[in-house]
Amino acid sequence: MLYIKCPYCGLRAQKEFSYGGDATVKRPNINEEVSSEDWDNFVYMRKSPRGKHIELWQHIAGCRQWIKVQRDTATHEIFQTAKVTEEIR
Amino acid sequence: MSQPFRLNKEGLINRKKKISFTFNGKKLFGYEGDTIASALIANGIHLVGRSFKYHRPRGFFGAGVEEPNAKLQVEFNGHSEPNVNATEMELVEGLSATSQNCWPSVNFDIGAINNFLKMFFPAGFYYKTFMWPKSFWYKIYEPFIRKAAGLGVASIEKDKERYEHKFEYCDLLVTGSGPSGLASAYAAAKNGAKVILAEDKPRFGGTLLTDDVSIDNLSGKDWAEKIITELKSMPNVTVKNRSQVFGYYDHNMLVMFERVSDHLEKKSKFTPRQRLWYIRAKETILSTGSIERPIVFGNNDTPGIFLSAAAKEYMKVYGVLVGKKPLIFTNNDSAYETALEFKKNNVEPIILDTREEHSSELIDEAKSKGIDIRFSHGVIVANGYKKVKSAKIGKLNKDKNSFEKIETVDCDCICVSGFWTPSVHLASQSGNKLKYEEKIDAFIPDKKKQHETSVGAANGSFTLEESLKHGFENGSNLSAKITETKTEISIPNVNEKKYGAHDKFWCMPLPKNENPKRFVDFQNDVSVSDIEIALREGYRSIEHVKRYTTLGMATDQGRTSNLNGLQLVSNIENKIVPEVGHTTFRPPFTPITIGTIVGREVGMEYMPTRKTPMHEWHEKNNAVFVDAGAWKRPRYYKQGSETLFEASKREAKNVRENVGICDVTTLGKIDIKGPDAAEFLNRVYTNAWMKLPVGKARYGLMLREDGIVMDDGTTTRISENHYHMTTTTAQAANVLSHLEYYLQIVWPELNVNVVSTTEQWAGAAIAGPKSRDMLSKLYPELDVSNDALPFMGYKEAEFFGVPSRIFRISFSGELAYEINVKSDHGMFMWEKMMEVGKEFGNQPYGTEALSTLRIEMGHVAGPELDGRTIPSDVSLNGLVSKKKDFIGKNSLGREAFNVESRQKIVGLIPIDRKSSIPEGSHIVQDQNAKLPNPKLGHVSSSCWSVENNNPFSLAIMKDGKNMIGKKFFAVSPLKNKSIEVEVISSHYVDPEGKRVRS
Repeated sequence: MLYIKCPYCGLRAQKEFSYGGDATVKRPNINEEVSSEDWDNFVYMRKSPRGKHIELWQHIAGCRQWIKVQRDTATHEIFQTAKVTEEIR
Repeated sequence: MSQPFRLNKEGLINRKKKISFTFNGKKLFGYEGDTIASALIANGIHLVGRSFKYHRPRGFFGAGVEEPNAKLQVEFNGHSEPNVNATEMELVEGLSATSQNCWPSVNFDIGAINNFLKMFFPAGFYYKTFMWPKSFWYKIYEPFIRKAAGLGVASIEKDKERYEHKFEYCDLLVTGSGPSGLASAYAAAKNGAKVILAEDKPRFGGTLLTDDVSIDNLSGKDWAEKIITELKSMPNVTVKNRSQVFGYYDHNMLVMFERVSDHLEKKSKFTPRQRLWYIRAKETILSTGSIERPIVFGNNDTPGIFLSAAAKEYMKVYGVLVGKKPLIFTNNDSAYETALEFKKNNVEPIILDTREEHSSELIDEAKSKGIDIRFSHGVIVANGYKKVKSAKIGKLNKDKNSFEKIETVDCDCICVSGFWTPSVHLASQSGNKLKYEEKIDAFIPDKKKQHETSVGAANGSFTLEESLKHGFENGSNLSAKITETKTEISIPNVNEKKYGAHDKFWCMPLPKNENPKRFVDFQNDVSVSDIEIALREGYRSIEHVKRYTTLGMATDQGRTSNLNGLQLVSNIENKIVPEVGHTTFRPPFTPITIGTIVGREVGMEYMPTRKTPMHEWHEKNNAVFVDAGAWKRPRYYKQGSETLFEASKREAKNVRENVGICDVTTLGKIDIKGPDAAEFLNRVYTNAWMKLPVGKARYGLMLREDGIVMDDGTTTRISENHYHMTTTTAQAANVLSHLEYYLQIVWPELNVNVVSTTEQWAGAAIAGPKSRDMLSKLYPELDVSNDALPFMGYKEAEFFGVPSRIFRISFSGELAYEINVKSDHGMFMWEKMMEVGKEFGNQPYGTEALSTLRIEMGHVAGPELDGRTIPSDVSLNGLVSKKKDFIGKNSLGREAFNVESRQKIVGLIPIDRKSSIPEGSHIVQDQNAKLPNPKLGHVSSSCWSVENNNPFSLAIMKDGKNMIGKKFFAVSPLKNKSIEVEVISSHYVDPEGKRVRS
């Protein structure tokens, strides 16, 4: 079971969180034209990297905040967590 | 009642308390502190089971977790458990143990014929033999294999025991209370660290209980007792025996299995049987020790053959002799301690040492005590079928591949030692890549992967001095980093015997023309020749050899066989062991009960039960409940001997004719506040929200970004910047997360807050042509006319003195209202409604009638919004705005969503107007067509239309709207039904929607 550091609540067990996918995907702006290729990329296309991956988790059984987690998909090592408004480098 | 193999004095058992038990029906006794194994051996019983494949007689081999043979079916404390390790299970009064995998009895087992057919059962036998003919598989091969294989029998009774889970955090978890574990725990405890010390066995001390050593002038056992006593008195230390750490998971999460009360005769009602601990440790000390390895020789599985350390443990811990004429067969010095222990108890052993004559402290001591030592000797084959009677021994030549002399000696047990294998399972599970240590011919942990530190024998240090030193140092250093306190501890003086070097010799050769089985893996009956066959047939990877031969795949995880298997492969392949590599170590280290994994999450506690504030009323009025997620909802209110069908028909009919009330508390409710709330809703829903006036509700449709319908519901504008959203019961949690996602991540610039208020409001729907009359009685002061409170209108008013919200919304298609009061007032509201509604013929209705009402109206719900439908599929494209952008809009333009023949919602009625159409039925053109019969659609919801008095269903069907008027078949192979149906409009009742506006 992963041990995830919520930037608001501190270290918490994985069972308090819910996974939310790739955090680097950016939704096309609302009310702006978007090519169907860009839209398809946003809706469907995801990389499945082996190694470092920045992903979204929601602390559903805690503060309910969505957070960013940089995790190694192969070893589950977590390098960094951040608020969604913060950057992970 | 005498126990022929019990010593008079030795041992740590309680001789004052006799415990009676039975084995295969025979009444026996042992003492408190015995295991089943030690008590049976004391009684001279060695034959306890039959082997997995050949049904060969098997006895005890070890004295703890390493045991591959002695797995028994054990009944105790009212339950029956298979595959219990007799060497671990403590004796309790009244316990009854029986042998497994034998018929009719362990003494005479028909299956043993396999042993005489063994030349026909080599590795891969099953793969090769049962390939053809294919038709034989189900009727002949599979039943045969199932009957022949397997161990004990799982109970089919309900498990009445209590199991618990516990979450724990600590600075340092120490796994194993041998010398290095005790030292680590002690040093860390002295530094003020929060320590958990776990010991698998009932007694603390590990090898200190059996080794002839002294620490600070105390015997090993006394020193261990002193340390444990002190640790137990410290508030920052938790000491647990009968507790095995069996898994090392991510982020330093370790899981421990505690046998709380299996050894107790009586316990209180709430004492759990076993407990699972989830331990998050900052640092872990793996002091799991090592397990003795056997040397492979002919018929080495005969009962009476033991690991030499196990024989010593039986003497020193249990006061039991494994035999009175022992042969000690060894390639190293440690077995000499066993020999000396026999000698001390007046039993004369013979030592067969594969090494050439040399001297060491232990050899010299054995010589001086007059023990018969034969160097360059080994056991070739054990004689005796159900018990060792003698052994053919041989003097090895210099190359150790043939014999200079062969003779037979009498013996009643053989104690074998092939040196020691560190228990690296937990380290490996943590992700540690192991490395091969040539000096000890075994794998030890390499660079740390998580926070695991292996010490003592688990790290390949086989001397007490080194183990203690490593323990104290690591315990102190690791904890000091956490507590920032360092207490100096002087490392105690140690007195132990020095061991000489071991011999790199693992498998006895066979003389010409002799071919007894030489087992590597006892539990799975894998012999040297099986491994040879696998290699001959081209298997090279150790993982493949393992799977082909099943080496190391039994419940003992190859604890005594893996390394010997590796040595064999490397010898045959002419490779060195590290090149061959090792197989994967997986948790659990030993089998644990399913009950422990499940814990308290059984029956009612499987998940939380959500009840509405009116639940008790429903119960009192014969509601039959249905699960809606965690909620309990009344499905129907049973009157007399009514069936579900009759009751739901009555309830639905009453709504169509008079008025009914329904508990709708379970609908998801989300409060939305903020100056940008309207803009937010406008983006979330497919329809327009900017112009909804205060005091009005609107039906809204929500999509996922891929254009699929996510949820529907009404949202009401309570005041300028305050909205009340409702969701379906099932999607409430998902919708909230969805809204939070967009507010927190995608559009943080929107000034909006959302919060779930599902449990804050109790809700009741009032539906039916007489609902307005009833409402006017509930709110005598309020103008509830169609003009004052029109369809989709909203008002706040006092409900007999309590604040309430009135929504004029309808799910049933009738004139209807929904009243919300604070949860605390829910029961008051409901009872008032029942009282006031009497004169209008009001009756409560459940979810079944609710479904009937919405289905015949053609109102979609969960079965239609099933994650595969877009708005136009369910005829809701009228709600999709063309003017504004919203979540998922761009996906609606996809080609596949716009083809002419795309699926559409339709209604179905059976041609005979009688047969109900099972939900999930497939719609096909020809009911007799050859399979696979092309599917044109499926039936999503079915009901008995109370309005038209015949069955009616909703279906999602290819090119649905153009199929109206045509006839098809709805086939359900599950229900074995095929019904001819006609396609009609999905709006079966009041297609213009006049009633809701009346």
